[in-house]
Amino acid sequence: MGSGISSPIREPLVQGHKTYHQITEDLCSPTERAPSRAWTLAFIVALSALTFGVICILITIWVGIGTWRLNRTIGWGWDITNFVWWIGIGHAGTLISAILLLFRQKWRTGVNRAAEAMTIFAVICAALFPAIHVGRIWVTFFFFPYPNTRGPVWPNFNSPLLWDLFAISTYFTVSLLFWYTGLVPDFATVRDRAKGFRRKLYNTLSFGWTGAAKHWQRHEALSLVLAGLATPLVLSVHTIVSFDFATSVIPGWHTTIFPPYFVAGAIFSGFAMVLTLMIITRKVLNLQDYITIGHIESMNKIILVTGTIVGVAYLTELFIAWYSGYVYEQFAFFNRALGPYWWAYFGMMTCNVLSPQIFWSKKIRRNVTITFLMSIFVNIGMWFERFVIIATTLARDYLPSSWSFYVPSIVEIGIFIGTLGIFFTCYLIFVRIAPVVAIAEIKHILKSSGDQYVNANAQTTFQQIETGNMELEVAGHDTHDGHDHH
Amino acid sequence: MKHLEKNVIFGLYDDEEILKSAVIKANEAHLEIMDVYTPFAVHGLDPLLGLKESRLHIGGFVYGLTGTLTAFLGMTWIHTRDWPQIIGGKPYWAILSFVPITFELTVLFASIGMVATFYIINGQGPGVMNPILHPSITDDKFCIAFETGGLDNSEVEKRRNFFNNTGASLVETKTI
Repeated sequence: MGSGISSPIREPLVQGHKTYHQITEDLCSPTERAPSRAWTLAFIVALSALTFGVICILITIWVGIGTWRLNRTIGWGWDITNFVWWIGIGHAGTLISAILLLFRQKWRTGVNRAAEAMTIFAVICAALFPAIHVGRIWVTFFFFPYPNTRGPVWPNFNSPLLWDLFAISTYFTVSLLFWYTGLVPDFATVRDRAKGFRRKLYNTLSFGWTGAAKHWQRHEALSLVLAGLATPLVLSVHTIVSFDFATSVIPGWHTTIFPPYFVAGAIFSGFAMVLTLMIITRKVLNLQDYITIGHIESMNKIILVTGTIVGVAYLTELFIAWYSGYVYEQFAFFNRALGPYWWAYFGMMTCNVLSPQIFWSKKIRRNVTITFLMSIFVNIGMWFERFVIIATTLARDYLPSSWSFYVPSIVEIGIFIGTLGIFFTCYLIFVRIAPVVAIAEIKHILKSSGDQYVNANAQTTFQQIETGNMELEVAGHDTHDGHDHH
Repeated sequence: MKHLEKNVIFGLYDDEEILKSAVIKANEAHLEIMDVYTPFAVHGLDPLLGLKESRLHIGGFVYGLTGTLTAFLGMTWIHTRDWPQIIGGKPYWAILSFVPITFELTVLFASIGMVATFYIINGQGPGVMNPILHPSITDDKFCIAFETGGLDNSEVEKRRNFFNNTGASLVETKTI
């Protein structure tokens, strides 16, 4: 790191021969201009979806969980499917910020800020479901262990449902802190360009950041430790979510493969959502120089790997069901493929296992349109995966006389649409207020990864000055008399 | 908290390599630098300024340990002493089932503690207004600042010349 020459064969991560000032300009200006028509339209759509969702939630709370058409034996339907889906989507942000930081992958800087923001919004959407699916939302304070006069009565700390509560709360808090810590210097950058009301706003948001060397040193140390903490955290959160199923006794649920399978699936769906949003964002905000095709290719590679892991997990489940000789497990998978929800199973298999395999081709990995379509498929496929795990298994468990069928009600569908509304509304607001790409981090990697510094153009700073690639003003000289560089 | 006023003279540089050379020259000339401000973390700068390594991770460890003990001892007391219940045929002190929450609370306490400590020792927080020497510092300029309070004019001139000789693009004095 630093200003030296980096590998001449690496692809540049910042294109366009940017200077530090240009980086500031490019990345701050979306927050300074008036919202575009595209933004306003998207915001109206998202807000409408949010409103519809809020109405459905109010109906749920007022009338009751009966509006969800859950029944015996299907106690969990779209609610927990959506919960796990949203938590999975949230995992990409932490992976990009934390795990890729520990692996020193500089390409994370193009996407980490937006991905972390997505994590926070996705966790908000996810946390909604445990809160409202209990029915009597006004007594949910029971979940939290606080000293009380009712015994004191405590929650059951041996239950994965409570582990989930702690895991999601911690995940939300740590992600928020990590995201905000990185945002503070960038808010300071926006602050120092702002006037009037915006200046006051960013003054508050930037916490008085000055850029002092000691503060940067602490900032780096803090980011590193938070990354080190967030990495096992993200692995543990989805593991604990998988325990909601794995610690039960239901065939098809009670398997030890669930923790790694769920974590890989979460990363898989998370990266797909990051790609969906990043492809749109880079087009609309003209950030192709910062979110390059190389970034998209790297993310596609991760999608390929995690999608394959998920595929291997599916095959493992099938194999073990056969190998175990346990008739109920065998039936569980027979039922998934050929039972009443077979269409969901085949949707899941196609979208999750077959379709990411096209990313073995480098040409396809670097194709933006195909990537965008694939990211949508993967998100749909991962939703089906959770639906298959929950609804098909519960519809056909141990006792045939209890078998039932489940169809979501309009209220449940509405709540899901509402969470999409919450997610996109929050993301659109984020794009207006904060720089979508981490400004200070991009500047940090400019010398090692900017396109004027890598490949055949690799030059140290002083060479850059000598060849005139970099202009410098010198105090005491008047440089406004026209350019005399070649 | 009363803010003590400082008189400073500062210079802005266009690049971090030039900044680092200037810091080295300042050290050689025994000019005591008040602070260096940069738009991003510059590697190699901390040893030049004699900055000791941050001890934030020690704080993180202590906070984390607090979380571990709170979680584990709390759950132990609740499930063995306060209201023991036989749940699922498992023993009262189900250590392994306490692990997830213990881990989560360790991470939570460590993170919140470290972040709060970070802002407190930096003197930062929501709405805090610290003096900014020049708006370009968070943009693309690198700043070295010397305190001039109590220095006579020749000393101030020495610093001004230092900036001019090391390639600063702007030199200014300010009271903050």
